[in-house]
Amino acid sequence: MSAFLAMLQRELRLALRGGGDVLTLMLFFVIVGAIVPFAVGPDQTLLASIAPGIVWIAAFLAMLLGLERLFRPDHEDGSLILLRHAELPLSAAIAAKLIAHWLVTALPLLLASPILALLLAMDLASFWRTLISLSLGTPALAAFGTIGAAVTVPIRHGGLIAPILIAPLSVPVLIFGVGAITSPQSGAAALFLAALSLMAVALAPFVAAFAIRSAED
Amino acid sequence: MTDQQVYPPIHLRATGLSCGRGGMLLTDQLDFSLRNGQTLLLRGPNGAGKSTLLLTLAGIIAPFSGRFGPPDVDTELPLLHYCGHRNASKPRLSVLENLTFWAKVNGPTGMTPQAALDQVGLGDLDGLDAGYLSAGQSRRLALARLLVSLRPLWLLDEPTAALDEPGHQLVTRLLANHLARGGLAIAATHDPISLPDPSSLSTLLLARAP
Repeated sequence: MSAFLAMLQRELRLALRGGGDVLTLMLFFVIVGAIVPFAVGPDQTLLASIAPGIVWIAAFLAMLLGLERLFRPDHEDGSLILLRHAELPLSAAIAAKLIAHWLVTALPLLLASPILALLLAMDLASFWRTLISLSLGTPALAAFGTIGAAVTVPIRHGGLIAPILIAPLSVPVLIFGVGAITSPQSGAAALFLAALSLMAVALAPFVAAFAIRSAED
Repeated sequence: MTDQQVYPPIHLRATGLSCGRGGMLLTDQLDFSLRNGQTLLLRGPNGAGKSTLLLTLAGIIAPFSGRFGPPDVDTELPLLHYCGHRNASKPRLSVLENLTFWAKVNGPTGMTPQAALDQVGLGDLDGLDAGYLSAGQSRRLALARLLVSLRPLWLLDEPTAALDEPGHQLVTRLLANHLARGGLAIAATHDPISLPDPSSLSTLLLARAP
């Protein structure tokens, strides 16, 4: 357990000492949402009706930004080889990375979402539903991202391949994420979203560990 | 540091081991065997496949043919420390944080991180960010990682690279202590290593593939 916590602590320290990475991510999230009114025009009813989709697209794109940080630095400085031989199982190390990844990429987005709700003329009820939908769905995005990053880590300059790889996996998250905000059966959609996240988070560390183990350095 | 054996009897054997990278065969049909307290030095010109062989022994690269491990096929390879060209330290973590992390993740079975830093001569730099270390100091930090967790097999790739003269002696001393405790080591090096007990040292000469 202390090894798992040490891994988590290291990941968080590295991310928070990264000098503004977290802030950049929040700004990116807000800016993606903020440019939409300029592109579609200042029609308040139209904006409010497409706002859930915009928030989810902005969250999806912002979470792709952090993927490179997940395994690439460890691969380049040789830490990944050593983690394969650590006493802490590789899948547990990756689970710690996944939790840290969610904490430094998804949590800031939740914190920044009120700004976006304001910019997109959301009413309070749909803002709360957006917040719930984002908190239920982002763990699945983080888990799929972890798998994508693990599969592409041996590829030099593979930074753009991971997003392409995980986009199809993320489609259900987006569908049910937006559904949990707008659809009449938003409760059912939210439950499905939660199930998706639980499954993805439970399986991703093992899949990612397998991908890293079978990759040659 | 105690000089008594702490590891169980270990016998490792490579049989018909061929390895290479990117489809190119580098070392063909190697046979060697290693027991407690013995060191195998890998020597050969650049490109002879020393690093590739070490990565293969560590299980990072799959061999083309043959196997390395205990003679009994069902027994697993003992715990090992791999010390490669890259030092696996994070520039934004302090020297002590880097080492404490590896101690916890590999199991804190050896010295305390602070004692290990004293041993490799970084005792007064524990609070410094590892990014500010020189190449030789980073190397010493990587060597300190071998001390905080006790593992019977050391795979060292150019352990003396970037080290000064006292650094060379440090590597020799660490290796001698490791062997005295019944450890095993396989090291690729261009520098001469003279151990107190020369009989524990054997050399494998790798030729460059024609």
